[in-house]
Amino acid sequence: MNVVVFGCGRTGASLALQLVSHGHQVTLIEQNPEALRRLGPRHGCQVVIGSGIDEDVLERAGIRNADAFFALTRGDNSNIMAAQLARLKYKVERVCLRVADPNRSEAYKNMGYFCINPSNLISGMMRDWFLGNAYESIDLYNFLPKEMEI
Amino acid sequence: MYLILVGGGNVGLQLAKRLIAKDHEVLLLEKDSRQAGRLATMLGEESVFLGDGCEIRVQKEAGFGRADVVAAVTGEDEDNLVVCQMAKVMWNVDRVLARVNNPSHEELFRQIGIDDVVSATGIIFSLLDQQITMDEIIPVGALANGTFEIVEFVLSSRSPVMGKRVGSIDLPPHTHALWLLRGGMGYVVHDDLEFQQDDTLVAVVPRDQTSALRELMMPHRP
Repeated sequence: MNVVVFGCGRTGASLALQLVSHGHQVTLIEQNPEALRRLGPRHGCQVVIGSGIDEDVLERAGIRNADAFFALTRGDNSNIMAAQLARLKYKVERVCLRVADPNRSEAYKNMGYFCINPSNLISGMMRDWFLGNAYESIDLYNFLPKEMEI
Repeated sequence: MYLILVGGGNVGLQLAKRLIAKDHEVLLLEKDSRQAGRLATMLGEESVFLGDGCEIRVQKEAGFGRADVVAAVTGEDEDNLVVCQMAKVMWNVDRVLARVNNPSHEELFRQIGIDDVVSATGIIFSLLDQQITMDEIIPVGALANGTFEIVEFVLSSRSPVMGKRVGSIDLPPHTHALWLLRGGMGYVVHDDLEFQQDDTLVAVVPRDQTSALRELMMPHRP
């Protein structure tokens, strides 16, 4: 499958390399050429330098033929905007984004986006490790704990 | 009316000033504390709120729930998008307005239901574009193996021939003004016609005289 990944940070680079080794065509979008070092010398990804909220860049990355889009930059709002472009403008079937703010993640999850919030995942798994509970499926970690509700 | 502005740059500041002068209740959100301090000295403490307008906690404290209008005017399209979308979806704000810096983003903003999208780049571009085509001579076709051209051009208010009689203009050699479009009606050009703003003129001109025709009819470029 054709996959576009926006953001070559630790998570984006790792995801891209894993998907390549599973036989998928991966194109990375990254603003900072330095960040591409995370991929190592023989990574097998296509790379487009630029921002994933810029339609020209998305199109150069092959968004029109993409089966999946991942938004994994450090900027929540960039991820949110890029994900909506991918889904609404380019009709990409599977769209996944990281949103670091737990409240914002919840808001966009409720709008039908597959948002992953690392804080909720990590805090939930650490809680279960500490309490000696068995680990649950992702859905039982990836939501705003009631203690955090505003 | 309670208006919330997100983004305390120049646009936000100037908007807030004018809205306050019109006696509206205005709150300007700015996430940089130093900039928020500067804004508070200019607008008054009560009109400035320090915080990131994309965060739900800030939105709650700033009173998104009772806002009549939320306008996102930062220099970042992604921030303006999130502010407006959350104002609509989470807080049911009646009217949301976004500043868009990249005109090609306008489509997405409208698609997700943001009522009003303002793109300064888009506005300036269309003005420039209009000005550029205003002052160009457009070739429509070639005659006599390309030694003559049929050209079309629009007269702007700055044209040197504005208001003058056709008969008083010395056209370049072998050049003929033929036909004129004015207010949706076509006229055969004759000596007693006076050129008016927005006239579209069709002429036949020897190819080597097109620049002389431009000199004569079009405003001089700086």
